[in-house]
Amino acid sequence: MDLGEINPVLLVASLMVAATPLLLAAIGELVVEKAGVLNLGVEGMMIVGAISGFAISVETGSPWLGFIAAAIGGAVLSLLFVLLTQVALANQVASGLALTLFGLGFSALLGQSYVGIKPPSMGDIHIPLISDIPVIGPILFQHDPILYVGIALTAAVWATLKYTRVGLILRAVGENHDAAHALGYKVIKIRIMAILFGGACAGLGGAYISLIRVPQWTEGMTAGVGWIALALVVFASWKPWRALLGAYLFGGITVLQLNLQAAGVAIPVEYLAMSPYIITILVLVILSADKSSAPASLGRTFHASH
Amino acid sequence: MTTPLLSLQGLTKAYPGVVANDQVSFDIGEGEVHALLGENGAGKSTLVKMIYGLVKPDSGTMLLRGQPFAPPEPRAARADGIAMVFQHFSLFDALNVAENIALGMENPPPMGDLASRIREVSETYGLPLDPFRTVGDLSAGERQRVEIIRCLLQDPKLLIMDEPTSVLTPQEVEILFETLNKLRSEGTSILYISHKLEEIRTLCDHATILRLGKNVGECVPAETSARDMAEMMVGSTLQTPERGGREFGDVALDVSGLSVPSPSEFGTALRNVHMTVRKGEVLGIGGVAGNGQDELLGVLSGEIQTTADAIKFNGQPIGKLGPTARRKLGVLTAPEERLGHAAAPDMSLTENALLTGSVREGLESNGFLKWADTKNFAEKIIEAFDVRTPGPENAARSLSGGNLQKFVIGREVLQNPDVLVVNQPTWGVDAAAAASIRQAILDLAAKGTAVICISQDLDELMEISDSFAALNEGRLSAPRPTTGLTVDEIGLMMGGAHGMEVAHV
Repeated sequence: MDLGEINPVLLVASLMVAATPLLLAAIGELVVEKAGVLNLGVEGMMIVGAISGFAISVETGSPWLGFIAAAIGGAVLSLLFVLLTQVALANQVASGLALTLFGLGFSALLGQSYVGIKPPSMGDIHIPLISDIPVIGPILFQHDPILYVGIALTAAVWATLKYTRVGLILRAVGENHDAAHALGYKVIKIRIMAILFGGACAGLGGAYISLIRVPQWTEGMTAGVGWIALALVVFASWKPWRALLGAYLFGGITVLQLNLQAAGVAIPVEYLAMSPYIITILVLVILSADKSSAPASLGRTFHASH
Repeated sequence: MTTPLLSLQGLTKAYPGVVANDQVSFDIGEGEVHALLGENGAGKSTLVKMIYGLVKPDSGTMLLRGQPFAPPEPRAARADGIAMVFQHFSLFDALNVAENIALGMENPPPMGDLASRIREVSETYGLPLDPFRTVGDLSAGERQRVEIIRCLLQDPKLLIMDEPTSVLTPQEVEILFETLNKLRSEGTSILYISHKLEEIRTLCDHATILRLGKNVGECVPAETSARDMAEMMVGSTLQTPERGGREFGDVALDVSGLSVPSPSEFGTALRNVHMTVRKGEVLGIGGVAGNGQDELLGVLSGEIQTTADAIKFNGQPIGKLGPTARRKLGVLTAPEERLGHAAAPDMSLTENALLTGSVREGLESNGFLKWADTKNFAEKIIEAFDVRTPGPENAARSLSGGNLQKFVIGREVLQNPDVLVVNQPTWGVDAAAAASIRQAILDLAAKGTAVICISQDLDELMEISDSFAALNEGRLSAPRPTTGLTVDEIGLMMGGAHGMEVAHV
């Protein structure tokens, strides 16, 4: 066992990379749930985003186009959820589960010819001077651009929900859709926009795994990140910065336990592998002891009746 | 003659199977408080929804100050100076007062400015309100203030109020009326929907009465007796429940030192409740909703268990018994919430009859159900209580509120209880059905049943109960004989204006 082999700077830098797919998916789902919709199809939208992004960036050679395609792919799949739950008024839980199963199968079909290929690399940003600061530079300022997009998105979602009218209306729709309807807000329209946003975010998160984190395509490569994102939203009490904290905590412990395994720590691998889940849940449960609760209309089908 | 503010001409709106409004016409003048009266299902709500742009009329026109007016959506109606305070508050519990108000405005100013305007308007109209409090923490009276201030900030020409006083204490009603009178004096017209006739007589200048979607008459409330108005609403002579003179027997139910925490997070704990009900006595329990009514019913029905000695039935401790064991003894309850608590919405009336009747009516043997007997029992309820339904195989949900209420009350009454506890027996029920339910309760008491009637309708309690007590924050006042009790005294028993300051208008 040699803990000295673990490089703290590399550790912190890689935890941010490990956390980003989770963060992107969780922020998208947070907006969806704030609007009162429970979309359990995050995993499916992520994997479809992963293959869309992978395929397009391999074909065009541009990772940027790949990420745009991933967002569109995720959003298109979420459109299926829109049709089921907002137009046909189907049960959200069942529709979400169906979306995940469909997404996993469909992505495997799309990805058959992409197994074993290496996608074009996005490259990390490098800002002169700032990126060269010892310790801080490699940790904070030498990542790929999408990682910063994730953080910016968190800030944007937080500010939008807290300070803007759009955010207020979104929260109102999620809180009491009948009252929002009575005041003349278009409940269904607002929810559709939120679901599409959530789909796009999940798609980005999936593509982050296939293009940056792992850089390759394998079937089912999201490996449950979508489910963790769903749990994260709940444990983060629907608060964007807490979702960021939870994602980084989860990413951090995942990376740390891999390092510990590599260093040969005398703890059974199984315990190390389960540690990220346990610790993240513990911390977020303690944090969520405050009064904040789920949006009151979460998961309820809205039907405009007079 | 001056042009009326709003003129409705031949408004008609039909839904599949029912004509909600049939050629309704009337005018609302400038600065007039106009009452809209009618039983449940008379079409009052549909009519105001048309004015507010939530529902489009099938035919007919509206004129606002002589100009054609057909709002496609509530925003348009608001832009034209129509504001509405909803019967079921359209508020968002998790948001604060200022955010709630901003949601009801077209172009809300920044939050800081809005907060100071809320303070300013609320002071002017004697409705003090803190813009940054979370709405979920407010009392019913304060929540209504939020709605009213949301309307006032838009400087409305016509304020529509749908059953505004149903959740208020008498003192709170007084504050509201002062505010409405001040608005009238400033030239705002008010369309006031209620079925509380005395209120309409004190407040309103003019009344339109709807029955089955038709305008059946107009009157000047101050010059018409409440009874006449009620009969116009019902379309027939109203029977006042009769209370036979009766002797009270021994104490049937004795509750002493009852304290229980609330099972739900937002509920009210009961604190040291004492009461006794004698055979043949009707005890009325008043109080504003949310002061422990649901918890009291739960404790008496056995849904919430407590120490054995806290509740005694004929001297026998029953505090630890569950609902079925209590039913067997003869303690029956009918909760407030019809769909979901008193009845299972998607089950048939027969099945619902079985749910509470199986023990006393012997509807099961060795775990098998006796469907034929159950169906007979359900038919007996339908027959005896004039429940309007095609038959007992219909789902509880398909009945109108009043009919289902007759069914759930009748179901308990026909089981010949020794003690009957009812919560809001006539809530949302029209005048004729309410009268028959009250009569059934009185008949039961005349046969020697001890009845506890929990209600927010003070008129009802005055009408049927022999003694009156009030619940306030989980505490029950000492019961007093109903005869000779004044509204002021009742208001004080109910806890006054619940910490709301008296209006300084």
